Amino acid sequence: MSRRLSLGDRLYRGESGIDFIGRRRTWFIISGVLILISLGALGLRGLNLGIEFQGGAVFSVPNATCSVPDARDAASTATGADVIVTETGAGIIRVQTPPVDPAQSLEISKVLADTCGVAATDITTQVVGPTWGAEITAKGIQALVVFLVLVTIFLAIYFEWRFAVAALIALAHDIILTVGIYAVSGLQVTPATLIGFLTILGYSLYDTVVVFDKVKEETKGITAQSVMSYPEAANRAVNQVLVRSINTSITSLLPVVAIIVVGAGLLGAGTLLDLAVALAVGMLAGVYSSIFIATPVAVVLKMRQPDIKALDNRVAARRGGSGRRAAESQEAAAAAVGVADVPAGPERQQPKRQPRSKRGKK
Amino acid sequence: MPPANRSSRTGSTTHPGRLLLIMALITAAVAAWALWPGQDNAVRLGLDLRGGTQVILQPKAVQEGASITDDQLAQTVQIIRQRVDGVGVAEAEVTVQGSGDGAAIIVSVPDVSQERLVELVGRTALLDFRPVWSISGPAPETLDDTSVAPAPAGDDTATSAQIVQAADNTPEFQAEVAALDCLDPVNQAGGSPDDPQLWLGTCDADGAAKYSLQPAFIQGTNVTDAVAQLPQQGVGGWVVSLTFDSDGARALAESSQELYALPDCTPGGAAPCNAFAIVLDGVVVSAPRFNEPIIGGQAQIEGDFTAQEAQDLANVLSYGALPVNLEVVEVTSVSPTIGGDQLRAGLIAGAIGFVLIVVFLLVYYRVMGIVAVASLVLAGGLTYLGFIALGKTIGFTLTLAGVAGAIVSIGLTADSFIIYFERIRDALRDGKTMRSAAEVGWVATRRTILAADFVTLLAAVVLYIVSVGNVRGFAFTLGLITLIDLLVAFLFTYPVTVLLCRASWMQRGSWLSGLRAVKRGEGTDDAPARDDHETAEVKS
Repeated sequence: MSRRLSLGDRLYRGESGIDFIGRRRTWFIISGVLILISLGALGLRGLNLGIEFQGGAVFSVPNATCSVPDARDAASTATGADVIVTETGAGIIRVQTPPVDPAQSLEISKVLADTCGVAATDITTQVVGPTWGAEITAKGIQALVVFLVLVTIFLAIYFEWRFAVAALIALAHDIILTVGIYAVSGLQVTPATLIGFLTILGYSLYDTVVVFDKVKEETKGITAQSVMSYPEAANRAVNQVLVRSINTSITSLLPVVAIIVVGAGLLGAGTLLDLAVALAVGMLAGVYSSIFIATPVAVVLKMRQPDIKALDNRVAARRGGSGRRAAESQEAAAAAVGVADVPAGPERQQPKRQPRSKRGKK
Repeated sequence: MPPANRSSRTGSTTHPGRLLLIMALITAAVAAWALWPGQDNAVRLGLDLRGGTQVILQPKAVQEGASITDDQLAQTVQIIRQRVDGVGVAEAEVTVQGSGDGAAIIVSVPDVSQERLVELVGRTALLDFRPVWSISGPAPETLDDTSVAPAPAGDDTATSAQIVQAADNTPEFQAEVAALDCLDPVNQAGGSPDDPQLWLGTCDADGAAKYSLQPAFIQGTNVTDAVAQLPQQGVGGWVVSLTFDSDGARALAESSQELYALPDCTPGGAAPCNAFAIVLDGVVVSAPRFNEPIIGGQAQIEGDFTAQEAQDLANVLSYGALPVNLEVVEVTSVSPTIGGDQLRAGLIAGAIGFVLIVVFLLVYYRVMGIVAVASLVLAGGLTYLGFIALGKTIGFTLTLAGVAGAIVSIGLTADSFIIYFERIRDALRDGKTMRSAAEVGWVATRRTILAADFVTLLAAVVLYIVSVGNVRGFAFTLGLITLIDLLVAFLFTYPVTVLLCRASWMQRGSWLSGLRAVKRGEGTDDAPARDDHETAEVKS
């Protein structure tokens, strides 16, 4: 039986850990830069919206024997408009045209079938009216607003309004980053992507709730003592929940990554692949933001609360007496690297730490 | 799977056996529901996975500013379903999503060509009554006898028909009408709704004649009722009785007096002549002549109809009376090849992902990993059975969006037991015994899972109510899966873990346990861990 304490043990005891809360400025700057890049890309490049949002038609010709220019010529002659023709993986030729009526779409379908030597019934087509996309988008936004209002109320009741605000900020962060990746990469935004976004919404909030629940537990009754400041307790909670977050992310991402690999290899661009990419990006952003954004923001908000402020000052004053980091203010106490580096008070049984040296020997 | 040598100690605060029994009963019930012999026991796949055609229609009120009622929607769905079923399309699905002006009607059929479906459902069934100007071809049917031309409901494969419309009876209009080919089946099929304000040149439904028609004097919305019945006198065949509203009755009285005075219509004969055409979606369904002026707003169309023919005509007249225009807003047609490829790729990816997860969980959690994998398998099995059962009862179909929900569910389910296992470890680190750690850990876990799953459920419910199309399918799957996650966590993962933690070999801290994290007491150097300042102070 190994004497070595696992990472989980050390995180739990605060013997090792990352100072998520204290170094929040770093995370905020990183996320701020990423958000700026995302918004910049969104402003400059915009999103590559699928036909579902702007109206149009898409024809996917499997096992096509024709070349991309052949297909383009055939389709533009049939529509009398510019068409976008791409070859995706697995020999599928994809033709995208401006809005057409059903009769025209049949014609294009037939022309493509003749040109590319496949049966017309093998061609997958999608024709979307120009206003339909706007309507589904409007409905999506309506759903989003209703959901956000309800979930904010729930979070405010279950935790408190500060946590609700922090969760919403983290959510906005996740969505902006995901949208940003689509803007930067030029990946097409399809209804599947939209579903991916909605999933991220749920997942991000879900993950935030799990982390917040731990923070809530760890900081319960914290004002009754004066050894640990609020930011330290919160940081400890985050470190304790870290193993869970990593494990959950691994299990959640494994199937998604499998889809990306299998999808890219077997299918080329397709609904499933679109979805998986959105999910992978969003899940990572969701897990990251719960720890690096949501909790620090919640802590910043909490630190303005009078009783928490008093607590943090008490803790700082105590530490000031011990001479360590004396000059540093409450803010610095928050920045103390990990709980382990903070003298915990007279009752801390330092000698019992001895076994750590053994660990070094393996 | 409880180990054979599990402790027989009693006095626990929970009854794992009881919870497991409930779980077994639920699973058995769902399985029986899903797999009852003699029915189609497979998950119903959406058309994006198996190929097929889907048309989304948006109903628009004919009168400007009017709203669409649920009755009208239900009626429209009924009509479309009849049309699609009428041509023997198997497994057609016609559903309404949303309500009122924001509603969408979604028609999905497997193995039917796009043209056929659009033709069938896209027909707006706009009905109007027009005075005949002239006809070419055989004589129209009369109110007494002769030829019968009820419109068979959707009996053809053609695309939209050609019609000729003009503001006035100009020579150009006449020339175009003359050029119209009524022997082409396409032109007999209708599907090109006409503007009632304009002149119309079109064919009749069996291609027997070509009509030049004046602007409409009555519209379908003026028909309040149309029924097939046997005449009260009992003479002759079936008739179709029509009732008009007051506007319709007035217009009918005027027009019938004018038309009655005119000579009968014959091919190439007088123009204008005594007949009116019932025009459905631009094609003449029937063109009776007036035997007398009709004053009371009640009319009968006679013509040796069989019961079926009379019923069909009455249906057409009722359909046309629907004050709803249908706009085709989206047509998706997925070839079975591509749909199948997506499904296959999804399954392969799912299998690979699952194997990776199993490896990870077993390596990381060892024996507890078996509980974890069993939880995942149970959740997966319940989801699969749930899909089948709901497919049978409420017509649930699994689409790619649903697959996405299922993928996410792996994460949700995994998270439940990962949170739990980590909580048990935390409790062990606090110096709890294995036995009580399983209980203490669960109390914290339960709260977290309930709060987090509530958020997911909220998202699912809101999305389901507000959105349309794919998003709705996704929301449904997500909600279902969240509920299954709760069931599995409460009724399977928890009791099994509690049972395992009572096993004596688990309590000895075997490396197999996966919960070896802290060596409790037993003279190891780590024992004082429980006295660490954190627990002592923050939690007190």
